Formats: sequence, structure tokens, C-alpha cells
Amino acid sequence: MRVALFITCVNDTLFPDTGKAVVSLLRRLGCDVDFPQAQTCCGQMHVNTGYRAEGVRLARHFAEVFDGYDAVVAPSGSCAAMVREQYPRLGVQAPPVHDLSEFLVDVLEVEDVGAYFPHRVTYHPTCHSLRGLHLGDRPTRLLRHVRGLELVPLEGADECCGFGGTFAIKNPAISAAMCSDKVRNVLDTGAEVLCAADNSCLMHIGGTLRRQKTGVRVMHLAEILDAR
Amino acid sequence: MSVFIGMPGDFPANSAKAVQNSQLRFNLRKATHTIRGKRATVVGELPDWAELRAAGKAIKDHTLRHLDRYLVQLEEAVQRAGGQVHWARDAAEANRIVTDLVRQTGETEVVKVKSMATQEIGLNEHLAEHGITAYETDLAELIVQLGDDFPSHILVPAIHRNRSEIREIFLAKMGDAPADLTDEPAALAEAARLHLRERFLRSKVAISGANFMIAETGTCVVLESEGNGRMCLTLPETLISVVGIEKLLPTWRDLEVFLQLLPRSSTGERMNPYTSTWTGSTEGQTFHLVLLDNGRTNVLADEVGRQALRCIRCSACLNVCPVYERAGGHAYGSVYPGPIGAILTPQLRGLGSDLDASLPYASTLCGACFEVCPVAIDIPEVLVDLRAKVAHPRAERAGMRVAGWVLAKEVRLAKAQRLASRFRKLVPKRLPGPLSAWTDTRDLPDIPKESFREWWARNERA
Repeated sequence: MRVALFITCVNDTLFPDTGKAVVSLLRRLGCDVDFPQAQTCCGQMHVNTGYRAEGVRLARHFAEVFDGYDAVVAPSGSCAAMVREQYPRLGVQAPPVHDLSEFLVDVLEVEDVGAYFPHRVTYHPTCHSLRGLHLGDRPTRLLRHVRGLELVPLEGADECCGFGGTFAIKNPAISAAMCSDKVRNVLDTGAEVLCAADNSCLMHIGGTLRRQKTGVRVMHLAEILDAR
Repeated sequence: MSVFIGMPGDFPANSAKAVQNSQLRFNLRKATHTIRGKRATVVGELPDWAELRAAGKAIKDHTLRHLDRYLVQLEEAVQRAGGQVHWARDAAEANRIVTDLVRQTGETEVVKVKSMATQEIGLNEHLAEHGITAYETDLAELIVQLGDDFPSHILVPAIHRNRSEIREIFLAKMGDAPADLTDEPAALAEAARLHLRERFLRSKVAISGANFMIAETGTCVVLESEGNGRMCLTLPETLISVVGIEKLLPTWRDLEVFLQLLPRSSTGERMNPYTSTWTGSTEGQTFHLVLLDNGRTNVLADEVGRQALRCIRCSACLNVCPVYERAGGHAYGSVYPGPIGAILTPQLRGLGSDLDASLPYASTLCGACFEVCPVAIDIPEVLVDLRAKVAHPRAERAGMRVAGWVLAKEVRLAKAQRLASRFRKLVPKRLPGPLSAWTDTRDLPDIPKESFREWWARNERA
């Protein structure tokens, strides 16, 4: 299967290890992975902040770049939801984008990817994965098959962490208050690692975990699934 | 009490203050989480909830599409039943109509129940200017009124108060409160009951809102928990109902859907304790219906935003919203707080003021509000649509334009990434300007030595 990787601009720039993990994981599972290098950004930041014209321009570029692939895989529930939910409203033809866990479970039909990660992990489902893409328990099903991994439940898991893109800058007080509650719940689990399928949410929660010197690491789902 | 509408400030500033109030945060968290849990339980009991929700949405959409026809049908039915119908284009007109109606009775006191519409237009303040005192009779509204305060929630306007605060308000402001009043809920309710009973028996004029109006029969419907509404609706000689034009349902049959959707979504009850209906004038009572537009037809004209008019004021979106939970209702500066307020208020009032322009941004777009909405209002969709209509700050506009330019071509993005990684050691721990909002409470991620695309290019060449 010829799969295009949609890395997302945030991962490309700040979290290349997530992209490397996706490539390694998909190749291991027999996919022919391509990275269309003309890709930039899905336009979510612009559209969601109210800059529709710029957003539509980026969306059209995106649709052109990914035209003709069997599947487009993104290690971001938020960006995948942007393409799937918002492109039709913007009048842009949406390519068939899957979030990574969706692609693994629904398309490749694997839950055990052969990973080994002997740590205590808790999972934050992230809003757009949960309510935009309706990923359900796909990510946790994948994690449960990781050898050595102890998955511990997170209180208030389905509550937003307060990132919300430019919300974190426009409403910093509320954003920080939401994150401090999220961080408290994470610490209560006693987990060493907080996992999610969206690095932007993890950047927000992880930045707070680091500022508070909690010692809890954040990791993208792809990196745990690629661990051996 | 001053008029709530047109409050100065903006949402970020209002909510930043609210979030520092630990008592408020505790009260809100406790109340919203309790009611959230109750709602989830009773909604889960209905196997056909999704169908009910779809039916609610469809009925409302149909009614809104033919609102002109149904409003005329309603007017005729009310008149046939001996009631009088008044049309009010805006707040000023509605206030004038109601004030004149009260003055014609010669009374200087009115009792009120269940009306966000009259709060929206600032009716109590307008009546006061003309020497008429309006007494709220809903328990929570009474607490808010006595406390010289503003409502902060659609269903429980005094959600921001706990019982010891309520006890203090009663002792200070409710003339006939017993001196040994405790903060036991039963004692507080009893004090309010005795206080209100006296008002009900004395008042000749009542003002109400309505949850629904039935076009085919001209019937108004109120759902409530305390029975005070029923006292207001039946005892006085003159009843004036002020209702937004969007509250219409075509037929009695349609009501069945909403009698299931509303109580389960709002109070987490299978059925609300009191459902009152009234049609025109009854013996010994004159009835006036004031139909309020006040911006609603403008909302109706907006293709995306009009879905806000489906709202049945259940407040499920408030109770589930993580932003509302921390900001509280007052930060929204409107009688309609929370996610629905963030889309309804700026549509009704326009996006002119700082507050109204900030409301579409009072959300992380987490989607919890859409998920619980019993009439499936896609609040995030409307928020994003409104954001595209707001005037953006100049610095932000410039920044977004630059970002758009960089992201338009992969060579520009690649160049920006190389620049960032070359100077990655120089990125300060605290960012300047508006970006300091990020670094005030969070560390920045480390900028990697090479971007993913550089790694890919290097690897694929090898």
C-alpha cells in the first residue's frame, strides 16, 4: 500500500522524532511510505483563528499535494480532523486522511505492532481525536498490546487540556488553569510518561510538566509504538 | 443593579480575574460536575437519545425556516383565545410596551418568573426608572436580585454562590428572614418560600417568559422546578409574557420531543416537576404576549450562525465546558453565558465591542458543547465562523500574514526551520510580547537540530 505521510508543520519543525517513528513503524508493518515534500500546513491555525482566506489557500495547496494517494496518514488527530471536518465547509476536496491509530486499527487491522516499552504510561485522548475523529479506544487498544507497558487510567481524561491553538495565547489565564488541573490528574496517576496522539497538546501539557519540574515525560503514541 | 448588557472589558480580562477567585472556582467545579454526571446518567437511559436529538434539531430548523408563517399563526391563535399580541423589534420597544402595560393597571409592583428575555433587554432596570418594582420569584433569581448581583448561569443563575453566601444575602437583604436562619438548604428554601408567598398573594401583575410557544393553539409553555412559576402565572390579574420569536414550535405534538430533551439535558431529571401551559386570557386574567426580536432576525439571516436559534436554554453546554467551569458566567458579560452565549450574544449584539469581539475566542474548540447539545448546535463551527468576521488586532494580523507566507511554499518553511535550528541555543526562556503568555507558565520545547523534512531528504538521498 502506498501511504503518504502528512507530518504536520508542528511535528516537522519541532517534533521530527515523531515523524521518524511513524515512518519506521509503517515500514515495519509493510507499507510503502512516501513523504510528499511540497507539503506545508493544513491551515488549521489560520482558519481557527479567523483568517479564512489564508487558511483556504493552505488547504488547497494541501489537497493538491496529497491528491492521488491511497491513504494519507497523520500523527495528529487535530490536523486529521481539520482536513476531514473543515475542508468540506471551506469548499476544498479533502484527501482520505487517517490518524495514525485509525490507520493501524482500521486499515492495516493490527493492534499488536510488536512494541516493547517497559514503563508506566497514562493516555490523554485529546479533544479532536475524541470528538472530531471519534477514535474511541483505538489508541489504548494499541497501547495495551505493547509489551512491558503498564497503562494507568487518567482522571478527567476527556477534558480539554486548555491548549486550543491560539487560545493558549489569547486566553492565557484560563488555558493555564485548565492545564494545571490536567497536570494534577497526570501526577495523580503516578505515570512516568504521558502519551497522546497530538504533539501540540503534549507541547502544552509537557511544557507545564517541565516548568513545574515534575519529571514526567510526554511522548507521542507513535514513539511508544515504535519502541522495541 | 445596573444593566448587565454592554458591560465593559473583554473575556480574557474578565476570566483572568475570575480564575483567581478560589471560592468561585470551587463552587463552579462542584456544581457543574454534579449536574454533568446526573445528565449523563439520565441521557444514557434513553436508547433513542440520538433520534430524539435529531428530531429536536429538525423541528427547530423547520420552524425557523417558516418562522414568518408560524408567527402569524401564533398571533391569530392567541387573539382568538382572548389574548393580545405585541411585536417588539428591539429592547427599547419591548421595555416601552411592557412598562405601558403595567402602568395601565395602576400597579407599581410586579412579580416575575422564568425570563431570560427580560434580562436580555434590561426590563427590571427600565421598570425601576418608571417607578415600578419587579420582584424575581425563581429562587436563584431571587438570590441574584437580593445580592445586587448578575446571573451567571442559564439554569442556575446563582451557581456562583454557595449556601453560606446565600444565608448572608438573605439575612442582609430579605426583610422577613428569620434571625436564626442557618445555611441548611431546607431552612434557606423555607425562608424564601414564606417571603415569596406574601408577594404572590399581593401582586396583581406578573411578567413571565416561556420555554415554548405552540403556533397551532397559541399556547405558551413553562417548565420549572419550584412551582413559583405556576403561582406567578395563575394568581395575578394581568399576565405579560415576553418571549423571543425563536421559541416557537408548530404543533402540540412537537412539544413531546422537547419535554424529553430539555429536563434531561438541563437538570438531569427525567421529567421536570412543573409544566405549565396557558392559552390566551382566562376568566379574571388579562393576557399580553410580547414577541421579541432584538436581533434574532439578523441571526436568522446568517447561514451558519442561525443554528444558535435552535437553543432551548438547557445549559448542558455550560455544565460541560472547561472554559465556563473556570471563567464563570460573569466573564461572558451577558445573560447568556458559556458556549451558547459565546455564539448567541455577539450575534444578537453585533461584534462591535471588545467584549463581543472576544467571545468567539472564549473556547478551545474542544467540542464538548456540541456533543451534549440536545438540538445539535455545532457551537465550534459557529465560533470559527464568527472569528472570521471579527476585526483582528494589527500585530496578530501581521503575524498571521507572515506565517501564511512562510507556509505557502515548502522552500520558505524549510528555510525558516533551518534558521530556527541554527539559532536554537539563542531562544530565550521567556518570550517577548503576546508570546510571553506561553512562557509565563510553560517551558518551550527544544528546537531540534534538524527538521523532519531535512532528515527525510538526507535519508532518502543516502
